[in-house]
Amino acid sequence: MEAQHAIDGKVKVAIIGSGNIGTDLMYKLLKQPGHMELVLLAGIDPASEGLARARALGIRASTEGIKAVLEDPEIRIVFDATSAKAHVRHAKALREAGRIAVDLTPAARGPYVVPPVNLQAHLGEANVNMVTCGGQATTPLVYAVSRVTPVLYAEMVSTVASLSAGPGTRQNIDEFTETTAKALEVVGGAQQGKAIIILNPADPPIMMRNTVYAIPAEEFDEATITDSVEQMVAEVQVYVPGYHLKNPPVFDIQETPWGKRPVVTMLLEVEGAGDFLPRHAGNLDIMTASARRVGEMFAQRLLGVQQEVMV
Amino acid sequence: MKAPRVTDTSLRDGSHPMRHQFTVEQVRAVAQALDEAGVPVIEVTHGDGLAGSSIQYGFSRTSEMELISEARRVCQRAKIAVLLLPGIGTVKELKEAIERGAQVVRIATQCTEADISEEHFEIAKRLGMETVGFLMMAHMRPPEVLVQQARLMESYGADCVYIVDSAGAMLPQDAAARVRALKEALTVQVGFHAHNNLGLAIGNSLAALEAGADQLDGCLRGLGAGAGNAPTELLAAVLDKIGLNPGLDVYRLMDAAEYVIAPMMPFQPIPNRDAISIGYAGVYSTFLLHAQRAGERFGVDPRDILIELGRRQAVAGQEDWILDVALELARDSQVHPPIRRKDAGATVENAVAEFSQLQ
Repeated sequence: MEAQHAIDGKVKVAIIGSGNIGTDLMYKLLKQPGHMELVLLAGIDPASEGLARARALGIRASTEGIKAVLEDPEIRIVFDATSAKAHVRHAKALREAGRIAVDLTPAARGPYVVPPVNLQAHLGEANVNMVTCGGQATTPLVYAVSRVTPVLYAEMVSTVASLSAGPGTRQNIDEFTETTAKALEVVGGAQQGKAIIILNPADPPIMMRNTVYAIPAEEFDEATITDSVEQMVAEVQVYVPGYHLKNPPVFDIQETPWGKRPVVTMLLEVEGAGDFLPRHAGNLDIMTASARRVGEMFAQRLLGVQQEVMV
Repeated sequence: MKAPRVTDTSLRDGSHPMRHQFTVEQVRAVAQALDEAGVPVIEVTHGDGLAGSSIQYGFSRTSEMELISEARRVCQRAKIAVLLLPGIGTVKELKEAIERGAQVVRIATQCTEADISEEHFEIAKRLGMETVGFLMMAHMRPPEVLVQQARLMESYGADCVYIVDSAGAMLPQDAAARVRALKEALTVQVGFHAHNNLGLAIGNSLAALEAGADQLDGCLRGLGAGAGNAPTELLAAVLDKIGLNPGLDVYRLMDAAEYVIAPMMPFQPIPNRDAISIGYAGVYSTFLLHAQRAGERFGVDPRDILIELGRRQAVAGQEDWILDVALELARDSQVHPPIRRKDAGATVENAVAEFSQLQ
């Protein structure tokens, strides 16, 4: 859990997009508000279940979309859980209005952020992007290796339950693989990244499983990598409690395009918190939990709260 | 019944037993032999489709793009096909394959996930490709579910939809029921892709043909994942015998199997104990070598790994679960003394029951 501080005031925040992601994020912000106060859930569909839930919980709900956000000057941080296309428009409007945008869509108008890796470096930005669910899950592990020894190549395979892969992912599956591969390089620190996604329709639904492979560029000490990885898992668990390795990292020698090389294999499972979405939807949970974390760090910065120590 | 169109996939499905080590020279020899024998479509790609070269599936020795170019260069009549699994390969690699001369794309999804292929079909059609939809692991769902998924692929622009028995788990009646259901529901063609894990690749292909299949797959000398696919030379001989030879030169195919493919094969895929276990458990045929490797490394019977993967409902492409299962089985066997199964058809449930009796 995050370290508890005396509450030095709150920053007003809003969510645009009242679908599954926006609704789950709403529950997370209510359950663990930290230095944020959720004041608005804005959608565009009057029949939206998410908006009805917001009203029932006493949160203002609007069908005016971004307009409702812009009309309230007190809102400082805006989580965008709409679509890439909509966010391109929203990003411009929010920037002009001086609001901080946390972008959960694939639009990526701002830099990729993965909290334990590079969030601190981007707290001055007006717009940050949450990469992909697989990127949030696997980039920390690649970084855990690359921070102790250079990584030539990193590959992630993400298997998610069919039920938790929404239409956005399904219609743009190439976007997932391309964006995630890029994040393994830009954020994870691998010279070359590759991403694979598999949808598994098993009944009962499976937990989100990610396998991360890394090929170090130089000789390395196995224990140093294992320690770094375990430390990173603990850092992510601060904000995603269901994040855990199924087994300690495995090291073996394999044929690679760079000759016979040691390969580090990390077997990761992400169980959702079950705040609104079911527990098997670890892929969606890690998105909303990471976005909440990013919002909290921005809120603390706006309030001038002394930065909390990541445990 | 009419003569089916036959696609040879030695240079794609055969990439699995070859551990993705095909060379330009090998592809040239195989493609030329198939073309001369009148095979109308030759599939050339990494075993897991475009961009399959990875740690997860095995790195290609030679870039698949070079292999596609070479096959295109030496074929006079045959069309060159490529496989694309959305989630692994993307439109970017598809476009490059087209530049290299691919004319047919087979777009494959797990048999319940056809809606991830819409973009790929649309772009392939726009670029003038012939498109084939592949419903993988089709033994896992009944015909009515496959019909819904096939209709999606048809609506995206598929010229043909295949029932793909990726696990080699179907019996002839399973193959026939699925093909028949698609034939009744679709206006486009229907195909069937067999694996020989239960020794039924030719039998299932014939059952599919009787049920109306327009297209069938084969690979020379059974060089495909698991126990291989329907051997192309054998399929040709059988089709000829029933008067449905689509113009294949049976002698030339036999020679290609004997003198071109056999000498380059690292082993002969057959329904041996591990391949039978794949068919029996209903898991992806490409798990074969990965499960054998993990079994050896962790001192676990590969059959136990495969059966457990079946119980967990692993799907196409989930090679990484093999390591999970092998590690867990190895851990269990440290806790419990290893016991030998009494019968070959034992299930995990039986094994667990045996364990608890021992305690």
